[in-house]
Amino acid sequence: MSLDLPLTRNVRPDRAPTGFDAYEANGGYRGLRAAIGMSPADCLQIVKDSNLRGRGGAGFPTGMKWSFVPMDNPGGGHKYLICNADEMEPGTFKDRLLLECDPHQLIEGMICAAYTIQADVAYIFIRAEYHKAARLLREAIAVCYDKGYLGRDILGSGYTLDMQVHSSAGRYICGEETALISSLEGKRANPRAKPPFPQVSGLWGRPTIVNNVETLCNIHHIIERGADWFQALGLTEDAGTKLYGVSGRVKNPGCWELPMGTPIREIIEKHAGGMADGYQLRGFLPGGGSTDFLTPDHLDLAMDYGTIGKAGSRMGTGTMIILDDKTCPVGFVKNLMEFFARESCGFCTPCRDGLPWSAQVLDDIESGRGQAEDMDTLARQVEFIGAIGNTHCALAPGAMEPLQSALKYFREDFERHISGSACPWCDGGAH
Amino acid sequence: MSDRNDAALIPALSAIELTEIDAEIAHVPYRSAVAIDALKIVQAHRGWVSDESLRAIARHLDMSADELDGVATFYNLIYRRPVGDRVILLCNSISCWIKGCEGLREQITGQLGVGLGETTADNRYTLLPVTCLGACDKAPVMMVGDELHENVEALSLQAIFGDSGGDK
Repeated sequence: MSLDLPLTRNVRPDRAPTGFDAYEANGGYRGLRAAIGMSPADCLQIVKDSNLRGRGGAGFPTGMKWSFVPMDNPGGGHKYLICNADEMEPGTFKDRLLLECDPHQLIEGMICAAYTIQADVAYIFIRAEYHKAARLLREAIAVCYDKGYLGRDILGSGYTLDMQVHSSAGRYICGEETALISSLEGKRANPRAKPPFPQVSGLWGRPTIVNNVETLCNIHHIIERGADWFQALGLTEDAGTKLYGVSGRVKNPGCWELPMGTPIREIIEKHAGGMADGYQLRGFLPGGGSTDFLTPDHLDLAMDYGTIGKAGSRMGTGTMIILDDKTCPVGFVKNLMEFFARESCGFCTPCRDGLPWSAQVLDDIESGRGQAEDMDTLARQVEFIGAIGNTHCALAPGAMEPLQSALKYFREDFERHISGSACPWCDGGAH
Repeated sequence: MSDRNDAALIPALSAIELTEIDAEIAHVPYRSAVAIDALKIVQAHRGWVSDESLRAIARHLDMSADELDGVATFYNLIYRRPVGDRVILLCNSISCWIKGCEGLREQITGQLGVGLGETTADNRYTLLPVTCLGACDKAPVMMVGDELHENVEALSLQAIFGDSGGDK
């Protein structure tokens, strides 16, 4: 059976970037021509009908997000489209593949998205460490200006769009869309209160859409081939394909485009080759460092938003992190908590002071200094910090997801640390 | 406007840096919006951002130096202290931790004689931790300068760092 895998069709085995000529020869920029031949309202309807959901982690319906952008623009001011290429969620390595292997795909998707919301300026906000991707994107954007795909009066349509790359300066919180906007304005990357939502008042107070790389890479395919085609790509109620990844102690760690709703077992056992020799699967985070653990009991679930949500976790970025039997679950969660504590923007107290407290309690337990009452302390922290609304943004509640599920599934391991005053695995937990 | 830095042999902001910063200002509605770009431009030329450069940038962007320093110190890849010729960004997030990044850090520390946040005596390397580098299938990973190194093992460190280190 030959699968239709639109996002990675130009990804070569050696991961060499696909240039403009090869991209266009393989059907590239047909979606752009299709889009500008339609009205923005028609484009929006197709994206809405496609049931595309945001691939950055939250899974919000893309068409609905766009529908809040005001389309009457009486003042004639700017509207912005921003690509969130700030990939930094622990265990997530999918956008790098799209950025480095097929930069024109992202640019075409962005032009179509910007046309739909009638944005006249587009930014690619890319993390500083992605030097190669930023260079490739700048080169590809320059080619597009030369070809008339960017700039004034794109392909004679009357539509004008400027696009540029903004290389960031670090910090995980920049991936939160309102923090990203703050950073793009040259400020500290503190998230903003909503409302107002960015669609109405975003970058420099103007209507702004922020979408993930993978989300935007889908847009021109959907506009060219239609909502029904996109829906049919998925195996379950969620549409399209998805870049799934597996890291940790499996035989073949990697990232693959597969139909949305592919069973977890198939991703881990077939594509990732199963567990590495000598290691057993104990659990996994399905979609990055801020998602709840699932266990081997969940292997036959479909990997999609709805199914993983019903199982008590989130599909997140779709890139799984494997916990094996020779890695300490307490050390695993401690590493994540130290990450989130370090990456707190410091704006609100529960996050700024709460996460380091959680990390300290976990360090005590991992180091053999844990007390029985530490389990109650962790449970209280999960309850308070994990509740949406007690913190300014979703960073701290996300940080609590691996902890709360580890307390559920690996409670006896925490208790063994405390009763034995030592980590049963080894000194640091990792090997 | 006079300033004690104007007399320094090395100006706090060079003509090239000013030209590059002004090119960024052309794209934005107000000058302070390019704060991060301006800091990165100066860092690209000098390796880090000194107090003198920070004050000069702030003046150029119509900001107070304290406000700009609040921005500069928020971002982990803006260096407010001198760094070595190349910065080592060692990923210590979860997938690299599972694959032994803590042992790798000890190896690097042993070979180069520096801990996290320190610069080698020969000024060639500064060792810093970094958030997940987005190459988790090739863990453990690190960057040396602009270059990503994947599946790093103790044995590969010699090839990466050559004969550096040891003699501090």
